[in-house]
Amino acid sequence: MIEPGTPAPDFKLRDQDGDKVTLESLRGQTTVLVFYPLDFSPVCTDQLNVYQEVLGELEAAGVKLYGVSVDSAYSHKAFQERLGLTIPLLADFHPKGDVAGKFGVYDEDHGVSARALVMIGPDLEVKWSYKSPSPLEIPGANLIFDALEAHAAA
Amino acid sequence: MIEYGDYECPYCARADALLRDVHIRRVFRHFPVVSKHPRARVLAHAAEAVALQGAYWEFHDSLYADQGRLDDPHLWDRVRHLGLDLDRFEVDRRSDAVAQRVDRDFRSGVRAGVVTTPTLFVDGRAHPGVPDADLLARIAA
Repeated sequence: MIEPGTPAPDFKLRDQDGDKVTLESLRGQTTVLVFYPLDFSPVCTDQLNVYQEVLGELEAAGVKLYGVSVDSAYSHKAFQERLGLTIPLLADFHPKGDVAGKFGVYDEDHGVSARALVMIGPDLEVKWSYKSPSPLEIPGANLIFDALEAHAAA
Repeated sequence: MIEYGDYECPYCARADALLRDVHIRRVFRHFPVVSKHPRARVLAHAAEAVALQGAYWEFHDSLYADQGRLDDPHLWDRVRHLGLDLDRFEVDRRSDAVAQRVDRDFRSGVRAGVVTTPTLFVDGRAHPGVPDADLLARIAA
């Protein structure tokens, strides 16, 4: 998995509405990429629901959140509507899992991304990364807040 | 034992039924995830408003005992049935104090790493999901 201090790999993905999000478009803001296995699987549902509840607090702290999975933009759109999410979801669909691979969180055996969080600084450098020991273990939103505090203090 | 849950969560209702017969000191903290359970926050506020009239656990039990009746008229019925002051309930459930109480619970849950309901904290460790027989035995011990 990608280590803090390394430049974030370049990428270009489409969100649930088909709009392009590139690494360059994240310049000047603190970004957290939330890699997760699949839309509509029960565990991911809880994870993104909880992140949605703290989104206001994260945005107030100047952080932009993006979900990333191998699902298509159409699936993301349906998933967003079903859950009532406003967190943008990026489709790592073609080539499948390419971006997860670049960040070192792709699970080749299962064909999905691991559950992982990557914080990218305004200078597009990776500031913090976390990979869940198992897909069943959901990283709590507290990890994001802790990372933000540690990063702000550094 | 500290428990994070919401009142529109079938797994929490199941956990509540299992915990009802266990005699321990229980602390229930609100973890309403509104994007998943649209009534969760309204119900948490209602429960805290009832708490101000001293009938928190009776109301808590009645919500989990009948998950099919969670709309406002049902809440009013419950409040009347418990012999509480309905006008006061209606004011309290919309008060800032009650909202802050629920926010504080939710935030403490986020800080403790809660991501799903129910999550039980036993001996300081988080146990997400409905408690299994082993955990129930440890809680009762």
